[in-house]
Amino acid sequence: MRNQFQLLLGLFILFTLSPKFLNAQHSSKGMLSIAFNHYVDSLILNLDSTIYKNKFGQPFSISIFKYYIGNVHLKKSNGKEYVSSDYFLINEEEKNSKIIILKNIPQGEYTSVSFIIGVDSIHNCSGAQSGALDETNGMFWAWNSGYIFLKLEGKSSFSKSSGNNFEYHIGGFKFPENSIRTVSLKYEQPLLIENDKIALLNIKVNAAEILKNPTNIDFRILSTVTDNKNASIIADNYKDMFTIQK
Amino acid sequence: MKNRLNVFFLIFGCILLISFIQKLDDHKISKKNVELIIPKGFPKPNYDFTTNKLTPDGFVLGRKLFYDPILSKDSSISCQSCHQRVAAFAHIDHALSHGFDGKIGTRNVPALQNLIWKDAYMADGGVNNLEVQPINPITNPIEMNESLAHVISKLKQNKEYVILFKKAFKDNVVNSECLLKALAQFTGLMISANSRYDKYVAKKDTFSLQEINGLKLFRAKCEGCHKEPLFTDNSYRNNGLNPDSSLNDTGRGKITKTETDNYKFKVPSLRNIEVTFPYMHDGRYRKLKDVLIHYSTSLNHNSTADEEINKIGELSDKERKDIIAFLLTLTDKEFLNDRRFINPNKR
Repeated sequence: MRNQFQLLLGLFILFTLSPKFLNAQHSSKGMLSIAFNHYVDSLILNLDSTIYKNKFGQPFSISIFKYYIGNVHLKKSNGKEYVSSDYFLINEEEKNSKIIILKNIPQGEYTSVSFIIGVDSIHNCSGAQSGALDETNGMFWAWNSGYIFLKLEGKSSFSKSSGNNFEYHIGGFKFPENSIRTVSLKYEQPLLIENDKIALLNIKVNAAEILKNPTNIDFRILSTVTDNKNASIIADNYKDMFTIQK
Repeated sequence: MKNRLNVFFLIFGCILLISFIQKLDDHKISKKNVELIIPKGFPKPNYDFTTNKLTPDGFVLGRKLFYDPILSKDSSISCQSCHQRVAAFAHIDHALSHGFDGKIGTRNVPALQNLIWKDAYMADGGVNNLEVQPINPITNPIEMNESLAHVISKLKQNKEYVILFKKAFKDNVVNSECLLKALAQFTGLMISANSRYDKYVAKKDTFSLQEINGLKLFRAKCEGCHKEPLFTDNSYRNNGLNPDSSLNDTGRGKITKTETDNYKFKVPSLRNIEVTFPYMHDGRYRKLKDVLIHYSTSLNHNSTADEEINKIGELSDKERKDIIAFLLTLTDKEFLNDRRFINPNKR
């Protein structure tokens, strides 16, 4: 009888120590879904069909709007951080790309989120990659290796380029023309991450910011940026395009 | 009885020979064939395959891709169209090369050798990793004029490639990362370190008096840029050539956007120089003699011309011949005849 009891106890200990059981016991991880909602000032962004106006009153439409998000940090009020090593290519044209999911987040109350717009220097020098950083995504400069961090293309009758097109391809990770920008957003109400649940965060992305604040872009003067020249000016504009939506 | 034995040996010999030839023809690659061996005296490579493990299957896939025009828009051009094995993977007798639709490029095709010791690729150093280099010829409208995405979709429809990709990269599907990594396995193993010069340095061969004198002159006048044992210091320099206004190629300046870098180009290795003619970044000289005449007499000392070339000074006929005699010792017959690199599609 005593032997049987010992056997049972032994089995019980073995069972509780098994990795699966341990995991279930100590898992305190949740998920966060971040939706990037695209606007042009107060209007919802519609590709091609809607006409918007820049600070000079010049009408324009948008045909391509996409950008990289990386190094996402979530911060608790006690300073503890969750860091995601993934990159995300947010593309207005692809609905699914506009919602990203962060996994394995320790539970708790988070007070701020930060991320970079672009790709850090290590990932710009790491050779062939897949997923968001796959070179077939059309966001890679081959002749002067490096990722394009943000693309905004469209039409304005004020643009002197062929077809009245404008084209801003922003990139560059090397000093002094580094266009990587960090965005840091504080939550008014702490964001609660709970076990086995998916929290939701809505971020408003105002594409109009690419063309203003601090530098108002005049389509007559600057309709094309396809290398590092002028890239920093545009990057300084768009670093403020993200706000937390209630 | 003796005759019968002779016949037996003859037949046996024939069988051995046939199986040997078949083996060579098979283009088989063993594990040993893809071992990375750093030649004695060479520095640590910049690209060391840590995130791209060398395997026979990876190498074989890279080789097939290198020789396959499927990489170009109309299946007319493969890597070997401009990178020919017998010329150390430079383009034989082409100052500039013709690509898609016969369009002509702006720079002389470089040899492909010892690539893993480079810190950047292209004559202007714009490319920062061996793996992403092939995107340039594939997508350049005057080279292969194809999109990387379309190459992948063509490969996905090709049953043979689907199998080869799976063999080489296990769980991964056909994608650009695997394509580029396979190519890097093939080109990264193009290592030239068995020339007569290497054997001389290792004291396994001797030089003639002329070659010895050529080496001395070389070390006094050329070594400043063409540093042994790679015969390049990986720097960018203006070698005093008059810019060709029809090409309008500002070289390194295009990448750094710095005026003082205009007309600078990467110092090329001189290994296998005998077979990589014509010379200079635009292929303007067909003979080594012309190159040496340029360096000793007809320099255009423009604003960014490099100081090192002033060291060369005048060269007598004999000195020129001696230097050339030495340069010819850099021909690496073992590399040029290395069967691992032979086109597998040729029967």
